[in-house]
Amino acid sequence: METFLQFLNDYTLRNVLLGTAWIGVVGGSLGTFAFLRRQSLLGDVISHATLPGVVLAFLAWQRREIGVLMVGAAGTGLLATALIQVVDTRTNIKRDGAMGVALAVFFGVGVLLLSMIQNLPTASQAGLDKFIFGQAAALVQSDVTVLLVVGGVVLVVLLLLWRELKIVTFDPDFARAAGFRVTILEGGIVTLIVVTTVMGLQTVGVILMSAMLIAPAAAARQWTDRLSIMVLVAAVVGGASGAAGAAVSAFGPQIPTGPVVVLVLTALVLVSLFLGRKRGLVWHWRRQRRSRKLADPDTVLGALGALESAHAGTVRGHPEAVVRMAVGQSAQVGQALAALREAGLADEHDGDWSLTERGRSEAVRLTRDQRD
Amino acid sequence: MQTMPPALEVNDLTVAYRDKPVLWDIDLQVPTGVLMAVVGPNGAGKTTLIKSVMGLMQPAAGSVQVFGEPAGRQQVRRIGYVPQRTSVDWDFPTSVRDVVAMGRYNRGGLWRRTDRRDAERVARALATVDMEDLADRQISELSGGQQQRVFLARALVQDADLYLMDEPFQGVDAVTEQSMVAVLRRLQEQGRTVLAVHHDLRTAPAYFDWVALLNVRLIASGPMATVFSECNLRGTFGGSAPEWANPPATTAA
Repeated sequence: METFLQFLNDYTLRNVLLGTAWIGVVGGSLGTFAFLRRQSLLGDVISHATLPGVVLAFLAWQRREIGVLMVGAAGTGLLATALIQVVDTRTNIKRDGAMGVALAVFFGVGVLLLSMIQNLPTASQAGLDKFIFGQAAALVQSDVTVLLVVGGVVLVVLLLLWRELKIVTFDPDFARAAGFRVTILEGGIVTLIVVTTVMGLQTVGVILMSAMLIAPAAAARQWTDRLSIMVLVAAVVGGASGAAGAAVSAFGPQIPTGPVVVLVLTALVLVSLFLGRKRGLVWHWRRQRRSRKLADPDTVLGALGALESAHAGTVRGHPEAVVRMAVGQSAQVGQALAALREAGLADEHDGDWSLTERGRSEAVRLTRDQRD
Repeated sequence: MQTMPPALEVNDLTVAYRDKPVLWDIDLQVPTGVLMAVVGPNGAGKTTLIKSVMGLMQPAAGSVQVFGEPAGRQQVRRIGYVPQRTSVDWDFPTSVRDVVAMGRYNRGGLWRRTDRRDAERVARALATVDMEDLADRQISELSGGQQQRVFLARALVQDADLYLMDEPFQGVDAVTEQSMVAVLRRLQEQGRTVLAVHHDLRTAPAYFDWVALLNVRLIASGPMATVFSECNLRGTFGGSAPEWANPPATTAA
């Protein structure tokens, strides 16, 4: 406890915690739109493509302030998205292929540039290699200020364009038909994704930053059916994961922040997948169990009779799944079938159920009674 | 009656996909106040025609005029649009009411929220398509016919003069289809114009009073009674459609 209080009082650590949590908040909010637009992979390409930009910006200005590096990162990030667009529209290569190639090429060039500058005297102190997995401890006060301002601008744009982003994400054709400038808006969304990705490079790292965009949205989707709530939940999930990742990695200097953040996010996504109020698996199972009534043996007997006459001597038995569908209403037929076997009315061979002689006449009597 | 410009006029429209024409040299006039069906086989370019008018596709050649003026961003606002139901992801986190409200998003600028007049208009449109009870339902829980009615309601709140609909009856049961046709009739009574892609040759003469027969080229267009003939249908569908073997009675209405 004492360590924890000390920790909160520590000026550097407070910066680190605040910076990384803020990245999670902005990443979660904006990532919701990337997630719903099915552009999850695009975030991954963008973050990998920022690495050469980071190194080039450092080479050009010989400085490692976050603002300087962000400019370079955004440059190559946007260049990658533009290239994907060109390849997608001008060649017969599909979009996913273009994204795969762009990711590999840009990241490859980035790693190459990184190893080349390791020999420069200035570079050894720059710690640019930390950008691959991220190192929150490297954040200083001025970095955090830049992050707060840039992230604040992103969130204000998101609120200002809320309706536009919503309609363009749900139904771009209708948006265009209603007179919205869809091409500009879609370009704007990609630019916002690039800026948000770039914010997290130093702390979370280029390889794992895209998780900061997508995972909070994936978790949030399990809890709500409303876009506004989803953005809020994603922001909270992102912020909490960012803070937790920064705290853990700050305790040990050798722990990179990115992987810790991703582990926390993964845990939250898993919990949401199982327990989420709206679509969590546990609730889904419970609903399914409740709605699955037990079929009564007479109904199942009638269904077996109907199946038999429909197949008139060609097929002897039917698996339980077929019987269930014949009964309908996703009812559970297992117990009814067992009861029928007990009564000597039905029998099972190799998982296929069929009527016995007695069962057949009983089924015929049943249908006749129903008709009367 | 003074000469009124047609609701929609398409001249020499050619649209190509990778050098293959999807629409070839279309000249089409849709007079104001008609209910026109666009009929043709799969791949005839029906959706492409609608998307070209909406400015969603770049034509290789030709022009489109809406109420006598070139179709641009301003003119497009006089058009209400019902896209194909399958064109969106119905798993999107939003409600029926929210989707319908999108039909009014283009009124006003930044920071504008849905106000009381919008909300009333949305409620009225939901009532028109019999969806009031489902207004707050999450859209992923809707049946195909309900999705189709949501899109119709969203177009209604656009308060447009010309409506373009891409298969509005697709996936709709017979009862719902009748009530949707009644909505289209009411639009017509209010002096609005409807152009709808329609698949069912048997019901087309009953639902619509004008028709355009399309198969890459425009085979014929005009009043249902004169244009919807066996000869024209044969020209549109070739030997591929069984329907024309049993020509629908144009007196079905």
